[in-house]
This record gives sequence, structure tokens and C-alpha cells, in this order.
Amino acid sequence: MKVSAIFESGVLTEERPGAVSPPEALWKSHKGGLVIVECPQRIPCNPCNTSCPTGAITEFADINDVPAINYDKCTGCALCVARCPGLACFVADLTFGEGMALMKLPYEMLPLPTKGKTVKCLGRTGEVVCEGKVENVAEPLRDRTRVVHVSVPIDKVSDVRAIKVV
Amino acid sequence: MRELKTDVLVVGGGPAGLSAAASAAGAGANVLIVEGDLHLGGQLVKQSHKFFGSKEEYAGTRGFEIAKILREEIANCEDRVEIMLNTTVSGYYREERVVTAMVGEEEYLRIVPKKIVIASGAQERLIPFPNNDIPGVYGAGAVQTLMNVYGVVPGKRVLMIGAGNIGLIVSYQLMQAGVEVAAILEAMPRIGGYWVHAAKVRRLGVPILLRHSIKRAIGETVVTGAEIYELDDKFNQVGETEVVECDTICLAVGLTPTNELLWQAGCRMKYIPFLCGHVPLRDKCMRTSNEDIWMAGDVSGIEEASAAMIEGRIAGLGAAKALGFNIQDEMFGEYWVRLKNLRAGEVGEKIRAGVLNATVDGWEENA
Repeated sequence: MKVSAIFESGVLTEERPGAVSPPEALWKSHKGGLVIVECPQRIPCNPCNTSCPTGAITEFADINDVPAINYDKCTGCALCVARCPGLACFVADLTFGEGMALMKLPYEMLPLPTKGKTVKCLGRTGEVVCEGKVENVAEPLRDRTRVVHVSVPIDKVSDVRAIKVV
Repeated sequence: MRELKTDVLVVGGGPAGLSAAASAAGAGANVLIVEGDLHLGGQLVKQSHKFFGSKEEYAGTRGFEIAKILREEIANCEDRVEIMLNTTVSGYYREERVVTAMVGEEEYLRIVPKKIVIASGAQERLIPFPNNDIPGVYGAGAVQTLMNVYGVVPGKRVLMIGAGNIGLIVSYQLMQAGVEVAAILEAMPRIGGYWVHAAKVRRLGVPILLRHSIKRAIGETVVTGAEIYELDDKFNQVGETEVVECDTICLAVGLTPTNELLWQAGCRMKYIPFLCGHVPLRDKCMRTSNEDIWMAGDVSGIEEASAAMIEGRIAGLGAAKALGFNIQDEMFGEYWVRLKNLRAGEVGEKIRAGVLNATVDGWEENA
């Protein structure tokens, strides 16, 4: 498949408006992590902005705008991860230590992961990228969307977007 | 024969109908909601995903939770709203302005409303292919009803036909229920639904095959697989036919408005492909060419439930205003802005064109 066809089937192939990585220098030093949003299509939706407690996801002039992020304000709290209806927000904390990053990923499947267990970490087409250790399972909004905290090798952060409990 | 009288009859208790009932009753009108199913909420009760939109459209809230919110709002209208479940409207008699309805299979009755809001929703389209009459071939709506209303999975391995929002969302829900999705086929060169919905299923390992369609269902007594093929720009086959093993084929190839009642009522109709079928012409307040009839939701053109709820509010207000209840014109304006915002994105492009094509400046008889 051509690259554009891959994108048209729902797989991000390169950065584009609404799907950009945080600035590297800030990201490497920022405790708690920074948000990665992958929402490159103009659709009428703004809960990432309205759920953001610090205003890091900036207000939408038009509700169809793709999200814009002021990374100086992002605390990596992952409320947007829990709230986003498109499951398009992820947080990665590169300061976790020893070559590992802590990723905060949305999860709405069964079975639920348990703290301390090893899970498979999946890329954007469901391929197994690596294994990860479940550090925490949160349910910030108590609405059955879990935010799973999983530690992965730091060089896998740009690929890991889901987990599979095995 | 029993005869019921009401200010506003709302046909259909889905998101559009409930919103219409709430706004008409909120304005002071007595409302009768007639719903064919055993419960209110329409398709919302099957929607386990979180909605898009803004706070006003309950963004971030799951569909079945939105149904609860609307039902509570209706319950708070106290005695102004009457609800008849398991009741199907069967006809509209123009001369007498009488609606007939069937309660269950026992009682046939007459309803004499002053105004009517038709929010009858949509029905699924199906595509023909050989062997599509064996068990295991489903519409996506039936799959959702089985899983999310009755707690029954349709099979173990599903082939989904169609990558619009319904095909994408139902695929995701199937996986949540522990069912494997073999692939999602889409005849067009791009997904029709929201990109983020596609990304959700892709990252769980489901292939979305663009420019692909189903050739035939395989199976003697039940589905055991499907033959699929790739399409060129003119929708002709390229390459070899492939076989996908599956026990369920789920069709999510679009909806078309359930418009029979509007035809019967003599409303001026127009075929608008962008709205997915014949739809009534309407003014900005969702009034049809029949001065007693308004419409809202999918019957006015296939769109998201978020838009259906706003249209319902508008139609309910319109009907109440025509009855003489005190409605501030600014209230309409607020809803028009919200609709416009919802439709402003790239997915809303066809809706915008369709609605523009179906909207009249005003009806002459009202001038």
C-alpha cells in the first residue's frame, strides 16, 4: 500500500497538523511526561481542551480545529487520555529512568491489566513492538476508560500506542 | 376506537424525538411520544462509545448515558409528556389530520395531534451478493442490538463491510466483546468515518482494506467465509479473488431515511444523495411543506446523533411556537450556531451541501 493509502486507513505515517511530537529538549527533562495527540482530521470535537486542567491543549477557535498544544503548560496528567472519545491522546514520561519511559495509554478492552504484570505493547497497526510492565491502572473519570501506565524502552515511545493483555 | 388528543405528537423516541419532546414540553406544550421499541433512546442505547462534539452535545459521554440523561429530562417534564412504547405509527390521514397507530398487536387507535414532529430515524442499507441469505450475514445495527442490548455475540470471527463510523465503531465494540474482527473492507479509497475511530481498531491489529469489496458469502447452511476482491477506480475487480475465513459477515454500508410517513403526509420530498435518500424539504426551523409537520434526526438526512439532538430541539421549539407558546427567537439562533459548528469540519462537507440543497427560505403559505 502507498503511504497515503496507509494514512487513509487510519495509521499515522508522519507528523502532520494535529499529530506532532512534543519538543525534544523539554520532553526529555519534564517529570510527569508530556502529551502526544494523534488527531490529524478536522472533526467537531473538543473534550481534550475542555478536560485539560492547565490549558495546555489550547482553546479551539473552531470546534473542528485539530488540537494545538502549549507544551510549557502540560503536566502529563493524562486527563485528556481518559476523556478523548477518539482515544487519540497518549502521555509519555521520558524521565522514568534507566532507559525506560512511562507511557499512559487509554484502554477499553478486557481483560484488565494488573499492576506488575508484563503486557505486549502494540504499534499503530497492532504489531508487537515490545513488552512493557504495568506500573499502574487508573480510571480517572470512573467511566470505564482505563489509563494504563506501562514502562517501555525509551526508544519505543514513538511506536507504542496500545497494549494487549496476554 | 380509542382516540388520543395532544398538542405535539412526536413520532420516534430516539435522540431527535426525545430532544424535540423535551423542548416542546419545556415550552409548555403537551407532548405524546410514540415509540415502536420497548424502551426510549433509539440507537443511543446501543452506543457504548463516547460522543464527539462539544459539552452541549454531551461530548465525552457514552451514547447509552446520553439516553439516560434525555430520559431524565423527559421525566422532569412531569405530566406534560406522555409516552407510548411498543406502539408503531401506521398512517397519516391528511384530510382529517389524524394519525393511526398500533399498540403491540392488540390495539389500533387514532391520535389527533395539533402538530407533529417526525423523528422516525433511518434504516440500514444492504448490498446484494450471492449467498447473502444464509445465517451469519447481519446488518451492523442487528449486531449492535444483539451485543449491547441483549448481551449476545454474533459469532467468533467477523468480516466487516464498510469503514464509515458505524463499521469502525461496531468493529471496536466487537473486539470489546471478545470477538475477532478479520478485516474491515471499504470500497472507497479512504475510510468514510472519523480517522481516530479507524486508528483505534488499526492499533488493535485489524486490517482496513481500502478499495475492497465482498464478492460472495461462502457456506452451505451458515457462513464459513467470504470471497473478497480489490477494486480499481471504476469499481472493477483487479487481482485474484481472496478468501477470508469468518462465521459472521456484518454489513455497515450506510443508512437511508425512514421517510414513509412524510411521503404519506404529502411533504415535498427531494432525492439528495449527500443526505442518503429522499428527504423532506425544510425551513430553518425543521418545518416541512405540511404546515403541521416538523422533522428531526436521520429522517431529515443521515447524520450523527449529536446533530439529531440539536435538530430535535429546533423542531420541538418550532412546533411549540406555532401553537402559540412563548418562544424567544434567540433560542433558535443558539441551536443554529451549534449545528453550523458541528457541520463545519471535513466530514461535514457533504452534510452541509445536502442540507443547503434541502432547505427553503420559507414556506409560501406562512408568508
